[in-house]
Amino acid sequence: MVHMASECYIKNPRHNSVMLDSIFEPLQHEFMVRAFIVAIGIGVLCPMVGSYVVTRRLAFMGDALSHTILPGLVLGYFMGLNPLVVAVPTCILTALLIGYISRQTGLSEDTSIGILLAGLFALGLAMISLSNRASVDLEAILLGEILGVSRQDVWIIGSIGLVTLGILYLFHKELVFNSFDPQGASVMGLPSRAIDYLLLIVISLVVVASIQAVGVILMLAMLVTPSATAYLIARNFVSIMFIGSLLGIIAAVSGLYISYFIDLPSGPAMTLTAVGMFMIGAVFRRRLIPK
Amino acid sequence: MEIAPNIDENPPAIDVQGVYVQIGAYQILHDVSFTIGHGLTVALVGPNGAGKSTLFKAILGLMPISEGEIFIHGSKFSDVVGELAYVPQNEQVNWSFPLTSLDVVMLGRVRKIGWFRRPSRHDKEVVKYCLERVGLYGRRDSLVTELSGGQRQRLFVARALAQEAHTLLLDEAFSGVDFASQDGLMEMLNSLRDEGKTIFISTHDLNNLSERFDLVCCLNRHVCAFGTPQTAFTPEVLQELYGSHGLRMLYKESET
Repeated sequence: MVHMASECYIKNPRHNSVMLDSIFEPLQHEFMVRAFIVAIGIGVLCPMVGSYVVTRRLAFMGDALSHTILPGLVLGYFMGLNPLVVAVPTCILTALLIGYISRQTGLSEDTSIGILLAGLFALGLAMISLSNRASVDLEAILLGEILGVSRQDVWIIGSIGLVTLGILYLFHKELVFNSFDPQGASVMGLPSRAIDYLLLIVISLVVVASIQAVGVILMLAMLVTPSATAYLIARNFVSIMFIGSLLGIIAAVSGLYISYFIDLPSGPAMTLTAVGMFMIGAVFRRRLIPK
Repeated sequence: MEIAPNIDENPPAIDVQGVYVQIGAYQILHDVSFTIGHGLTVALVGPNGAGKSTLFKAILGLMPISEGEIFIHGSKFSDVVGELAYVPQNEQVNWSFPLTSLDVVMLGRVRKIGWFRRPSRHDKEVVKYCLERVGLYGRRDSLVTELSGGQRQRLFVARALAQEAHTLLLDEAFSGVDFASQDGLMEMLNSLRDEGKTIFISTHDLNNLSERFDLVCCLNRHVCAFGTPQTAFTPEVLQELYGSHGLRMLYKESET
């Protein structure tokens, strides 16, 4: 094999460098470097919180948070501010509102989520329609446009990422306890409800950070798929977080390159890679891996 | 209602005085009073819907009470957080959350470890001891999904031990646990009782109660009887708890 490989190399000395060129050549563009940083960032962040989303069955909540972000983003455009800055508080507010509505009305959580998802997404669409459409690129918001991230966006996404990872690290054992056995956590004196809200806030933050790269519609794919793939092959929660992040980086970075080389929005590109890896993971499930 | 036997000078482990619990217009517990001393195994029995879980939640501070008072070791629950350990009903736990036995018992140390801190060597030793105590050290790296019903109960008892709690409340500890495992669990709980811990278990299973427990508390929205199994289970009480079915069970038990 080694022999064949070296022979191949001699026959085609440029083979490797073409490969490397197509990886590094795009990075000569500054916009591509920014996109690359963001891809790695969200590749880590989404599966880190996604591990909770998957194991706590919060997928619908994640989907809702990505859709309900729309009015916040549009408001940001209207106010002439960076949309992400405005989306952070509105997205956190929505997360808290969903929790509050399901507690207060006695409706099931998925019903309250459904109502707010549709309502706020519609509000965002209405705001775009009623305003000067030219100022808002709806397709970029819905499908993701990672190549368009600005320098300021990188700073905002980076700060959100640091805060998120900090929270996940500092409150790890409390978040885990509350996810596994909320009543037991409460009896032990942990503020169970507050910890639940903290998790929702963290999910909101990650959704805001990833929205430009993945877009509203496919946000859920990055939030759920890498962690779900890791869930199939890993044995405990922390390894799901880390294996998920590795898969997330692979999905996000390859999505970025696909988006660069063939003119495809970055959301679908990342999603297809992530789902492809899930398919492979589903075949090589944990049963086949010796304990 | 009645004072438990062999109660000592210390404040009782659990002291429930005239407790009412109401959810909406629906009164679930009506004037519930009893006192449990230290070092006892006590069964909370009653039919489905008698308010057993509600009473547990009230004692644990998970549910507000509309009237009455509950004292744990002579203090309010909020002052003695961590002195009670709770083994929840099976379905209240998210079993698909991928934790190992070791992880679960370590959760019992959360308060001792404190916010923002990692487990110390001492915490790890305590967890190891607790797992050995319940006979699950060999399965320390097994995921909770891979454990049987009886093993899960023992695992939660280990968590309670790691918590260093004096009083354990087990909600429907015998449901979904086969008979041999029930005996194993009981044996382990008895050894904890002998060390002075108080064990309070709710069950709707009347089998073997008299052999298994020091005291029974019969609940059907109010306390129908409280005392040793021999004195508490009168035909009237069983009739009140389970209707004519209860009388048949008494008859069966006296036969064996």
